[in-house]
Amino acid sequence: MAEAAATPLGFLALKRGGRRADWTDWVTYGYLGLGVVVMLVPVLWVVLSSFKTEGNLMEFPPTLLPEAAKTVAVKGYERPLPLYVVKSADGRTATLAQVRRVGIEAQMVDPAHPEAGLVTVPVDAATPIRHFHVGTGNYTRLLDSAGGTIWTSIYNTVFITVVATAITLVMNAMAAFALSKYRFRGSGVALLAILATLMVPATVVLVPIYLIVSELGLLNNVWGVILPVISTPTGVFLLRQYMLTIPDELLEAARMDHASEWRIFWRLILPLATPALAVVAIFSIMSRWNDFLLPLVVLNKPEVYTLQLALAGYSDENGIQYGMLLAMTTLTALPLAVGFLFLQRYITTGIASTGIK
Amino acid sequence: MHSDGKAMEYLGAAAALPARALEPVMAGLQRVLGMGRLPWVFLAPNLAIIALFSLAPVLINVMYSVTGTDNLYPGERTFVGLANFATLLECGNYLDPATCSRDLFWRAVRNALVFVPTQVAVMIGMALATAIALNRDIRARGFFRGIFFFPVMLSPVVVAMTWLWLLQRDGALNGILGLFGFERVSWLTDPSRAFKWSVFVTVWAHMGFYTIILLAGLQSIPADIYEAAKMDRASPWRVFTRITLPLLKPVLLVVFILAVIRSVQTFDEIYVLTGGGPGTATKMIVHYIFDTGFAVMPRNYGLASAASLMLGLVLFVFTAIQMRLARGGGANG
Repeated sequence: MAEAAATPLGFLALKRGGRRADWTDWVTYGYLGLGVVVMLVPVLWVVLSSFKTEGNLMEFPPTLLPEAAKTVAVKGYERPLPLYVVKSADGRTATLAQVRRVGIEAQMVDPAHPEAGLVTVPVDAATPIRHFHVGTGNYTRLLDSAGGTIWTSIYNTVFITVVATAITLVMNAMAAFALSKYRFRGSGVALLAILATLMVPATVVLVPIYLIVSELGLLNNVWGVILPVISTPTGVFLLRQYMLTIPDELLEAARMDHASEWRIFWRLILPLATPALAVVAIFSIMSRWNDFLLPLVVLNKPEVYTLQLALAGYSDENGIQYGMLLAMTTLTALPLAVGFLFLQRYITTGIASTGIK
Repeated sequence: MHSDGKAMEYLGAAAALPARALEPVMAGLQRVLGMGRLPWVFLAPNLAIIALFSLAPVLINVMYSVTGTDNLYPGERTFVGLANFATLLECGNYLDPATCSRDLFWRAVRNALVFVPTQVAVMIGMALATAIALNRDIRARGFFRGIFFFPVMLSPVVVAMTWLWLLQRDGALNGILGLFGFERVSWLTDPSRAFKWSVFVTVWAHMGFYTIILLAGLQSIPADIYEAAKMDRASPWRVFTRITLPLLKPVLLVVFILAVIRSVQTFDEIYVLTGGGPGTATKMIVHYIFDTGFAVMPRNYGLASAASLMLGLVLFVFTAIQMRLARGGGANG
């Protein structure tokens, strides 16, 4: 035990169960800690930055926390004035409010005694006083801007995600039901045909899908990005495997009661398959919310943009307003991030057991 | 497993209305068709979508690849035989894309030939190391697992935007380096640096997915094998190479194939991060297809389809291997 831990490769020894922490544990924690920094900090940085003012964002080196100039209301001046620490020639410091700046000099006023009049100080001698300030301006400007196009994108994305997922669940469950609960000629071929679509990712048939969507009159229409993706082979497969575990006796009992097959499907099978349906639903929501290539090809007008397209397109425009861009990035990531907090176990178990996403 | 059962219940209730409305229709179909043909009714929507958006596209893709002109409508295209393939494959010297008739295609191919092995190797290496660390007897395992996994949930555009923000000239990375006295660096406007960052960012975004699969594989290795090795005073390296790696091999193989399939199709993150640039330094094959078929006027559907077919052939081979492996795994489990 001690020998094992003393070799540099002790880290690779897979041991579980109670024992004292040795240095291999510290290597592990060190690695995982570094991982936390590399994985989490970039995203936190974006979120933190999204609360900075545009001026604060332009600074280099960037400030760690969102900051803004501290201001003070001075009698006789309409707008609040920014505060500065001013160092005078004899080494004394004073806190003054800047009224205006003229070249390399600034005119300042003592906020406590505005009646004393203006003082002229060189800009070099004045340091702005700043304080921690969470600015929501980027978010309000983003949500108000450009006739509310962002709301259109949000609506489109939510519509596509919800509708496509609902259809995917029902359609795939129907196919899975047929392929798990009936013996019929051609069932093997049907399953194979569905699974074979794994070999045809959208990246390979982009041009023909564009043609078909266009022939259906669905270019620049959200249905043009819903229909091509609602049948997911992995979803059918997962549901079928799950439904195979539902005992046939239950179906027989229902048939004795003269239930139609459709009734058996939606009153008996669907509720029993809830766990598998939940996994398929989570993966579908993730995929549809994040879809990019197909929408990029099919949706070319701002009115039908999804959030992803709006976000990607935003960087193309001249004069990027980083504040709004960061706010939009945060908003786009938010729903799935929150969902992940609550459903982490579901998602990771789903991936571990199926190898799909 | 049933934490959100309530939500599903409500969802079920909402779905019940159309389901109930369909009941007479389906009962009627059941009477008319009989039980023997009823399964096809249940399969019909799926098969229709597959026929329309998977099967037909493959055939149409072949048709596009052997026809010319920039007309989208198939009837107006002229048959050109294998000319599109010949154009793509025409090269004076295959080691020098500049001598090819479609140099952009060859630059994309060459980029992919470097990108795919590098990215897959780095990703699987990192994922394996992380899975091993997470499989140890550590505190807060769920937290750490979540941290490594959550970028998988982020959209490619969000991932790219995040790193664009960090890597820009006045960004956080240069800020941190500045603390140590380094000059500001343009990370994404230098071809070699942009390529490395493309590898890094795609690994960052996807390694959690493979970590989870590998972790499940590690956890399925029986603990008593390790106990026995401990009794025999086997060294950690021996334990790793003689027990862990061999027993993990099937999972590693699946992860490898999955990673290659995805890596070959890399597009979204890099499209937003570097736009394929600077120049063509990070342009991948799907990016070439997108440019040729959609972004660059006049659109050349024939060339795009021919390139798609070649990509499809590569993916076909790897997917076929993956399905074989998956079936083998299913039989064992």
